[in-house]
Amino acid sequence: MTLVGDVQEVAPPVDELQLIQRLRAGDQQAFGDLIDAYYPLMLRVALGYVRSRAVAEEVVQDAWLGVLKGIERFEGRSSLKTWIVRIVLNRARTERDREARSIPFSSLGEDYEPAVEPDRFRPPGAPFPGHWLSYPQDWATLPEGALLSQETLDLVKAAIAELPEGQRNVITLRDIEGWSSEEVCNALDLSESNQRVLLHRARSRVRRVLERHFEWQ
Amino acid sequence: MTSRDHISCADVVELVTEYAEGALDEMQLSLFEEHLNFCDGCVWYVDQMRRTIESTGRLREDTVPSEAKERLVAAFRDWRRP
Repeated sequence: MTLVGDVQEVAPPVDELQLIQRLRAGDQQAFGDLIDAYYPLMLRVALGYVRSRAVAEEVVQDAWLGVLKGIERFEGRSSLKTWIVRIVLNRARTERDREARSIPFSSLGEDYEPAVEPDRFRPPGAPFPGHWLSYPQDWATLPEGALLSQETLDLVKAAIAELPEGQRNVITLRDIEGWSSEEVCNALDLSESNQRVLLHRARSRVRRVLERHFEWQ
Repeated sequence: MTSRDHISCADVVELVTEYAEGALDEMQLSLFEEHLNFCDGCVWYVDQMRRTIESTGRLREDTVPSEAKERLVAAFRDWRRP
């Protein structure tokens, strides 16, 4: 059994060295392709840090100028996409810190939260401790398409927006963008196990939001 | 978190990502799969996680606002012009 059957594939890696040479030579088509490939991802990352879409777009614009300036010096020690994500993260954090000086910023900590409320399980000392008191819902019985409806997707989006920074970045790159764990560890400077913990908490939180939603149906 | 001969449902919900990532050791993996063999609740839970991941994957959008792209390509053109 695999959990990740239908997640979109990562786009096949373009021949990066060749692409970089075209960019350095001023090839507009190459730059346009690069924008198409990474702008949506950069905007999604930036939206996690700042108040409005307009500010996020400015951050992305600014990050692209950073890409332009950096491309001459880019040595290919990391992949292009890892490098680009680092640039946008950097700009977004700067902008967040700037905003935080003018408005109080409520920050959710990365505190431990169980994947499922402990009272869903039989308590220690009871027969079968740690087993479900009542089973989770079988989502195969939900109406066709319920999980992919716009309403559901809006809930998922909102739940991700509420996540602490580390969890939000990991789930965005892994489950929305379809990056491998190795790529995410590289871009975010995380160990494999840290990355997994953040991914676990993020996915578990999103699941809980959906569970609550479907319970009311 | 796990005793030697079995894992509980409360363990399954915390191990599910390691399971999906192929990060369980051989012993944990066999206990995990053994648990799923007899527990419908956990099969449904694992399925909920799979469907959650699938829904999340649908948030991907690939459109770039055309004005933003034009502005960037113009900046690129100017940048390359000495």
